[in-house]
Amino acid sequence: MFYREVGQYKTSYGADQALFPILQDRIGIAVILLIAFVGVPLTASNFTIDSILIPILVFSLAATGLNLLTGFTGLLSLGTGGFMGVGAFACYKLTTFFPNVNIIVLILCSGFFAAAVGTVFGLPSLRIKGFYLAVATLAAQFFLSWCFIRVQWLYNYNVSASIEVPTKTLFGLAVTGPTASPVTRYLIALSIVALLTLLAANLMRGRIGRTWMAVRDMDLAAELIGIRLYQTKLLAFAVSSFYCGVAGAMMVFLWLGNAESESFSINQSFLILFMVIIGGLGSLLGSFLGAALIWGLPIVLRAAPSHFGVSIHSATVEQTSFVILGALIIFFLIVEPHGLARLWQIGKQKLRVWPFPY
Amino acid sequence: MTHLLYSIFIDPFVQMGAAPDLLAQTLWEGLVSGILYALIALGFVLIFKASGVFNFAQGIMVVFSALTLVGLNEHGVPAYLALALTIVVMLALAFAVERVILRPLVNQPEIILFMATFGLTYFLIGLGELIFGGDPKVMISDQLRLPSGSYRIPMSGGYVQMQKIDIAATIIASIMVAALAVLFNRTRIGRALRAVADSHRAALSVGISLEQIWVIVWFAAGVVALATGIMWGARSNVSFALQIIALKALPVLILGGFTSIPGAIIGGIIIGVGEKIGEFYWGPLLGSGIESWFAYVIALVFLLFRPQGLFGERIIERL
Repeated sequence: MFYREVGQYKTSYGADQALFPILQDRIGIAVILLIAFVGVPLTASNFTIDSILIPILVFSLAATGLNLLTGFTGLLSLGTGGFMGVGAFACYKLTTFFPNVNIIVLILCSGFFAAAVGTVFGLPSLRIKGFYLAVATLAAQFFLSWCFIRVQWLYNYNVSASIEVPTKTLFGLAVTGPTASPVTRYLIALSIVALLTLLAANLMRGRIGRTWMAVRDMDLAAELIGIRLYQTKLLAFAVSSFYCGVAGAMMVFLWLGNAESESFSINQSFLILFMVIIGGLGSLLGSFLGAALIWGLPIVLRAAPSHFGVSIHSATVEQTSFVILGALIIFFLIVEPHGLARLWQIGKQKLRVWPFPY
Repeated sequence: MTHLLYSIFIDPFVQMGAAPDLLAQTLWEGLVSGILYALIALGFVLIFKASGVFNFAQGIMVVFSALTLVGLNEHGVPAYLALALTIVVMLALAFAVERVILRPLVNQPEIILFMATFGLTYFLIGLGELIFGGDPKVMISDQLRLPSGSYRIPMSGGYVQMQKIDIAATIIASIMVAALAVLFNRTRIGRALRAVADSHRAALSVGISLEQIWVIVWFAAGVVALATGIMWGARSNVSFALQIIALKALPVLILGGFTSIPGAIIGGIIIGVGEKIGEFYWGPLLGSGIESWFAYVIALVFLLFRPQGLFGERIIERL
């Protein structure tokens, strides 16, 4: 009886179709946003913000992007790392061409480059499906990684073959580069993620989201009811790559400060696919939960031994955390194949009927 | 412009004609790496055919089995006994995978099973490094009496060099494929395997034990992984980097089709040869290192014309 939506009558279509039709959800989201925007910057340490919260935000956005493609449209992609790289390198080139433009605008614009590249590599998706498509997107991943090393123009011909983030200011406050404070970067990342998530949530409620889900559930049937398969799939690739590209640009400009080809390798793609599946395919909430779990868990595992006063060799800790992570992934999949988002739904249902079993 | 066209369409062929020994050498190297890709792909195909699981862990199984073999030998176990023990370890792994991963996840969508093998990959990487350490190891080729050295075959002014270990790999791969073909087509187990591949439910209803079949295919894939590990290990050394090379098996699978054993072999050879030829003759044009993605592009172009691969079962979609 903690969570009751009985008695909340809607008297207009607008109220019925609202993003959060239930009062508790509205309160919940307001509290979360309040904590994220006000509570965290006031209380959290620089270490927490820099090595836990900002990465989680970046990965949440990338996972959201992949979720739009894999979870909502049913197209399995292993090229996420590559598309993130396109965003990052595009943003870097944009800062060299337009040094005076607002950096946030550039980060968002770099998403369009990723979208264009993603659309090109999405072209085979009409002919091929499932794991075949996954391998086709691997072609994108490997080709793009190769470009990030070989095309020297992308990193302005510097010797280290890496991109360094220049210091940019906004209203006199350093936003990117080594002098920017973690709190500033965190707030900007949070704003971008919140904005794009809202956009994604609305996209999913509308016509576009419904056509995507129709294609996911059965593409032949979707075609028969008049959905243009090719446009729909390419749009999914474009939007998904846009999100990944923005996430990649954020990763370099707001988190790492510098990056090279290795930062956008195949492992990155797998990591994000992990987050999406552990979090829950086809759930925006799941992208956040998955990112938090997959990024947070190894940190907790690494910190745990020293916390309990046990001193273990750091390499051993690393390897043990691999073993535990692998076992946990299998465990989660067995317990709840639909991901953490589904666990949350079950939890909500339990709160609804408590103290009765059903 | 004409210069570019010339260097794409004419110059490589002129080079091929001018130095047939180099061409033959490149072809041979492509063939050998193709066969090694094919061996990894074979492991994938075996499991995919019988359980519909896309086993991402095949690459790490290769590394893990080779590490077990070398590690046991380092602890003073004689080479052949170590080989036998490693096979026992792979059998134990097959039982464990069936019991812990496959049985609870039966009837789940394939992407979930795919993810589970991912978990298995992480688990085995961690476990392997914990037990054997993360450093590359040298394969015990001498103790296993693998041939070393090479033959030189003279050819139009130059010569073609063939490592004996490569020839051995080719022969072992052929024997293995023949054995698997016999197993699949001529034996009772093979019939059961094919039945399971067609439909889990129908196979169950005629009294085939799914659990047994899964253990058998995972064990077979483990043995294939061990053979692959020995061959790869003898050529370079045994390290976790092999796991990334295993990803090269994916374009091979696409080319050959996910369900075809001969497809895996022929696909492997096409990819291996195509990649080496591409790198050698067209690579300088683009800057080197195109080996890392060239195979995928071959596979991609191929997919556009034949979405089910060379020998894959035809994809029929119904509403």
